[in-house]
Amino acid sequence: MSPQSIKHPGLNLGAAHGKDNDAAETVMFGFWVFLMSDAILFGMVFATYVTSLHGTAGGPGPRDLYDIKSVFIETLLLLASSFTFGMASLALKYKHSKTRLIGWMVVTLVLGVAFLAFELHDFGDMFAKGGVPSRSGFLSAFFDLVPLHGLHVTAGCIWLLSLLGQIARYGVDTKTKLGIMRLALFWHFLDIVWIAIFSVVYLAGLT
Amino acid sequence: MSIAAIFDHPLGRIEWSSLPFWQMFQQPTEGNIINGCITTGAAFMVVVGAIVLVLLLTKYRLWRPLWSNWLTSPDHKKIGIMYIVIALVMLARALIEAVLMRAQQAFGLGGGFLSPDHFAQLFSTHGTIMIFFMAMPFLTGVINYVMPMQIGARDVSFPVLNSISLGLTAAGAALVMVSLVIGEFSTGGWFGYPPYTEISFSPGVGPDYWIWALSLAGLGSTLTGINFAVTIYKERAPGMTLMRMPLFTWTALCTAIIMIFAMPPLTVAMAQLALDRYLGFHYFTNALGGNMMNFTNLFWLFGHPEVYILILPSFGIFSEVFSTFSGKALFGYRSLVMATMAIAILSFTVWLHHFFTMGQNANINAAFGIASMLIGIPTGVKVYDWMWTMFRGRIRFTVPMFYAIAFILLFVIGGITGILLANPTIDYQVHNTVFLVAHFHNVAVPGVLFGLLAGYHFWFPKVFGFRLDERWGKVSALCWIFGFMGAFFPLYVLGIMGLPRRSVAYTQPSYVPFEIVAFLGALLLGLALITLLVQLWVSIRRRDQNRVFVGDPWDGRSLEWATSAPPPEYNFAVIPVVEGRDAFTTAKENGRAYLQPDTYADIELPNNSAMGPVIAAIGFALAFGLVWHIWWLVVLAFLAVIASMIIRGFARDTARIVSAQQVRREHQHWIDAVATATAISRADECKSANVGLALQATDGVVP
Repeated sequence: MSPQSIKHPGLNLGAAHGKDNDAAETVMFGFWVFLMSDAILFGMVFATYVTSLHGTAGGPGPRDLYDIKSVFIETLLLLASSFTFGMASLALKYKHSKTRLIGWMVVTLVLGVAFLAFELHDFGDMFAKGGVPSRSGFLSAFFDLVPLHGLHVTAGCIWLLSLLGQIARYGVDTKTKLGIMRLALFWHFLDIVWIAIFSVVYLAGLT
Repeated sequence: MSIAAIFDHPLGRIEWSSLPFWQMFQQPTEGNIINGCITTGAAFMVVVGAIVLVLLLTKYRLWRPLWSNWLTSPDHKKIGIMYIVIALVMLARALIEAVLMRAQQAFGLGGGFLSPDHFAQLFSTHGTIMIFFMAMPFLTGVINYVMPMQIGARDVSFPVLNSISLGLTAAGAALVMVSLVIGEFSTGGWFGYPPYTEISFSPGVGPDYWIWALSLAGLGSTLTGINFAVTIYKERAPGMTLMRMPLFTWTALCTAIIMIFAMPPLTVAMAQLALDRYLGFHYFTNALGGNMMNFTNLFWLFGHPEVYILILPSFGIFSEVFSTFSGKALFGYRSLVMATMAIAILSFTVWLHHFFTMGQNANINAAFGIASMLIGIPTGVKVYDWMWTMFRGRIRFTVPMFYAIAFILLFVIGGITGILLANPTIDYQVHNTVFLVAHFHNVAVPGVLFGLLAGYHFWFPKVFGFRLDERWGKVSALCWIFGFMGAFFPLYVLGIMGLPRRSVAYTQPSYVPFEIVAFLGALLLGLALITLLVQLWVSIRRRDQNRVFVGDPWDGRSLEWATSAPPPEYNFAVIPVVEGRDAFTTAKENGRAYLQPDTYADIELPNNSAMGPVIAAIGFALAFGLVWHIWWLVVLAFLAVIASMIIRGFARDTARIVSAQQVRREHQHWIDAVATATAISRADECKSANVGLALQATDGVVP
């Protein structure tokens, strides 16, 4: 790949896509900038969480509430979904069959939904142990950070469904391609945020 | 909340007592009647204003043009104008509130006429509006209009997103206006510190109005910041390198970058406070592990950079004004760029100086105090650059220059009191007094507001094709300048005498003379706004004598002056090629300013989109439902947001073509006008001979 054909950081569509590759430049750059802003959002919520660790007010703390097994499974599911989205991106870039692209996207969606299901199950578990957000400042901060990530994943799933609909309606046209590429960035971004959550919230909380 | 409960209370917690005149009828004491009459009068003005607007639009059959030419337009120029209209309407309200507050304090020895709660609502709405719904829309509007033209672009990078940002800001502004009619606004000030704004101390709807208005506006500003930054990085004309950009565009870039990074903390703070109030979370409560300092930090982590979001575009406007009306290139362009960038970065390192007295140790205070003082250095560099720009220039005392010169003199005073306050030991003496109020108005009024007003006068002829009346403009400028001095210089004295800010009343007779002067100053500021409106009225009546269709009334230096006034919707018939700084001046000197190209090409423009007004309506409904606990409306609006975004995803054919013939025809029309126009010297700048064609300098002598 010559340097000329790299329009923006990350996976480019490449010369084979002609005009679509040019159209990607501004849109993708804009989305990178949005992700920066979103990263600040998460940064602030992380800061809230870390400064609230001691605010348990006599209620349950990390050791009473977190279930590392379940969280580990969630982590694997989300990492796997990032891999499958990568495969979808490659199918898009190298113009593999539409079926293969859709296939990888559907697998990603299933993994994302499975992640959300496990997460909801975890929250239910915490609730049952008395870990409700109104119990303490610590739990409030927990239920700001982790569900915020979950909401992002939910939004990603809805977006993915919408893109599948667009493929069904219009085929893999410019706008769909750019949508898939942006969702890919979003998805990997959420993966990175999750790794931070796994380390800062769960691993650090249980050691 | 069960389903049945939703049907039992379809209007949530709206009751008869939510209306502004209710208490006055139920308990007709003297105080209740006075306060009730004022709030009812204000509500009456809002309602009557809305009804008159609707009637006029219906009578003149303007609904369809309003919808298709304005509300759904993705054109950055129209979006810019709409932003500024919002700003002026909100300015009128917040200024009336300011006069009312000064009146209360002038008569505040031992009482006054307003209730403490009413007074608290006044300073809360005044601050909230002036920051979020006056200054922010005003500067966003000016950047929207001017910046794409300065870099030689046809539009911003994401035109429909631009329209959505406008819609979100408009929805927030509407929410603040509706709070006059139904319910009340927050009494917690514009930064609404918890735990006071928590449900246990403020159970009413006030803080909820404030939270959702700020959330809407903040989201809009985040998207605007992204849009502007991407536009400046990606849409510049060939040859427009970063170091050739006009200084206003530089300040727009820095403001956009600050918006991208500084708005998320506000979003987080508002969301957390809302969760506290609605779902019983404990982020900022006194009990159960809440920590109110987290709010303070989050808010000012946004709030201080916000100050520079406001001031930087004004610095940019003043730079253009000084340079243009001195007939000289900007002195120290490179140092001005570096100073702007330095301020943008330093703006993130000083937030703690807003709460020196809230319990950090002395070393932390010292570090933030020094960081705060450092900002004085790049700002000082700018002041010197502006003065050197004027030095030996051919200075014309037009209205923008009135504002600019007053700005330099007054802003330096405000800056010096800022350096005083940056010293924690001095801050301990005067914090929470009106000294602080005097300081930030001293930078906000001559800095932000004068800059925006200077920009309004400077670019008005470009936007609407005729100049504003100079005489009324000068009257208005002098009213603003002396009104400001009258209203705020006495507050420095009062602050040192110990008058706490936000006092509804006081018991010290020695305050009275200063309060009277400040009240007279406030009245003069009210007069300033009236004269500004008179000027607009007079200028519209006499527009035919002041037309500047050729488009360059001030001998401008940057590319926005290189088109007709008003410009065509595609801005430039042919994208200009830039060869240096002050691109249009260079083109005029080389005789290449008004050339006709051999060929024209089709121009692709974005189609109209209903997304802006739709998101505005849904955003307003969502926020209103949340304020009043109308849960069915909240659910519906939330679903509508998702649905509208999905539907937009399915939209194709989002562009239309302006044919090459049409471009040629319109460009030819303008070129013909240039050919028949008489170029004028700067001496005739404010006469009707000025049709927008400037006589060019010969041998370096400005005519």
